[in-house]
Amino acid sequence: MGSGILVFAESDGGQVKKTAFELLTKARELAGALGGGVSAVLIGGGDTAGLAAHGADTVYTVAGDAYGNYTTGAFTRALQTVIGQADPAVVLGAASPVGKDLLPRLAARLDAGLGTECTALDVVDGQLVGTRPVYAGKATVTVTISSSPAVYSVRPNSFSISAGAGAGSVVAVDVALGADDVLTQVVEVKASSSAVADLTEAERIVSGGRSLKSEENFQRVIVPLAQSLGATPGASRAAVDAGYAPHSWQVGQTGKVVNPELYIAAGISGAIQHLAGMRTSKVIVAINKDAEAPIFQHASYGIVDDLFDVCPALTEAFGAALGD
Amino acid sequence: MKIGVCLKQVPATDSAIKINADATGIVTDDVKWIVNPYDEFALEAALQLKEAGQASEVVVLSMGAADSEARIKDGLARGAGSAVRLHDDAFAGSDSLGIARVIAAACKKAEIGLLLCGRQAIDTDNWQVPAMVAELLGWGQVSAISTLALEGETVTATRAAGSGSSHLVQTRVPAVLTCDKGLNTPRFATLKGIMMAKRKKIACWGAADLGLDGGVGAAGAHVTVSGYAPPAARPAGRVIDGDSPAAKAQELVRLLREEAKVI
Repeated sequence: MGSGILVFAESDGGQVKKTAFELLTKARELAGALGGGVSAVLIGGGDTAGLAAHGADTVYTVAGDAYGNYTTGAFTRALQTVIGQADPAVVLGAASPVGKDLLPRLAARLDAGLGTECTALDVVDGQLVGTRPVYAGKATVTVTISSSPAVYSVRPNSFSISAGAGAGSVVAVDVALGADDVLTQVVEVKASSSAVADLTEAERIVSGGRSLKSEENFQRVIVPLAQSLGATPGASRAAVDAGYAPHSWQVGQTGKVVNPELYIAAGISGAIQHLAGMRTSKVIVAINKDAEAPIFQHASYGIVDDLFDVCPALTEAFGAALGD
Repeated sequence: MKIGVCLKQVPATDSAIKINADATGIVTDDVKWIVNPYDEFALEAALQLKEAGQASEVVVLSMGAADSEARIKDGLARGAGSAVRLHDDAFAGSDSLGIARVIAAACKKAEIGLLLCGRQAIDTDNWQVPAMVAELLGWGQVSAISTLALEGETVTATRAAGSGSSHLVQTRVPAVLTCDKGLNTPRFATLKGIMMAKRKKIACWGAADLGLDGGVGAAGAHVTVSGYAPPAARPAGRVIDGDSPAAKAQELVRLLREEAKVI
């Protein structure tokens, strides 16, 4: 049996991602109840001091040319090697595109259990219990894992971040990569075409529905409103299927599940499959001229009016409030 | 090369989900069942590769009880050549790794060279089984792909890489690929396809057929799922009054700043 918690800290271009600090903050709290220390693993480079400042007693680093871009095989071998050395009872990672590709492969290699995309982690009677949405959030379940380590991934923005100094000793780990570890090659990196956060990581989102009526109106109404807030634009399935917005913008059961601080839904009626994708948002604002639209039952604040009048006014008001 | 397509029966996206009395699962009486939407993209990709002469056969692999055969028939009606239902009392209570062991064994037995799956099943939302199958078989994997090309043994595909960026990656068959929305537009079954599917037999393989002894079922599971509950209720909201759209907008901004404190 291992002990302590190991956080897989993702980095992007040498920058440690915010999710790593969310996980470390939660890991400190859990370690207080479970016992054992908190460590982090950073593969491919990044700032180890930031991890220490959020509670890592040990930061394992794996460096090398193989880790410049994420590949499943190399990262699985690196994480497996660090786990062999650190011997944690629990491994935590983000339920990001990388985490969702890497952690199941790792779990299979370790013959370990995995709980995906938890929104809460608690210690109950000395055991770690994950709570996670199923059916796209129409229900939740609790997950316990009997293997050591137990592996959990966590939905971004689920936990708040607080500083708490760990010892932060850095341990460089040598990983021997074999031919079997190089199964995929990244041949091209296509950088994000927008300056805003990905929907799954965004803290503010402005989504439009079919009432927008055209792609041009999305660009004219939704995009400026999102820009006034530094928010990421999104869309309902109906709007995406009508061709008003790209697939990558779709929020809902067959799109992206999002978890922002602020979600503004403009001209979205609130179909069950859309609600499934955004119901854990901290604050939901609904703008719809139909007072009976189901979205209002889930909204923190509702405006019953024409979105084509409200959104430009809101763009101006946010600009004035946030521009100072 | 034979292409395997994993296909799962799930509740329709517009289904309300009700929790059963002892919180061990959902009430399935009124549920409308569909093929997992992401599996439809996987099936369509497989059929297109077959039509391009890059596969000898498309084989549907589906774990489930006999009541899931209508969904398997749907896959056959759209053009899959054959189908295997994977079922055994010994599989009951499997966690994702147990399910992956069943599917990996089925891939070997069916001599699958490329396995296409949905990026996730929209019921359990686990995102686990395909990557676990790839690991068990020692194959490459690419998750949540939005483009796909196969040339000889080389697979070239686009995957999301986080922070809004994407990677164009290459791997070689045999491999496991999971499919995202946007990869293609799934076809509907034709009347002819539906008639042909009716006549096709669906094979059923159990633990003995697959040479599985342990590692599956509740006894082999590391993960225990319990405590089904409805999502936490949201606190009641309120409608913002005002004389004009501009007045309502001003009031909303004030509330977001002073009350909700999110801006």
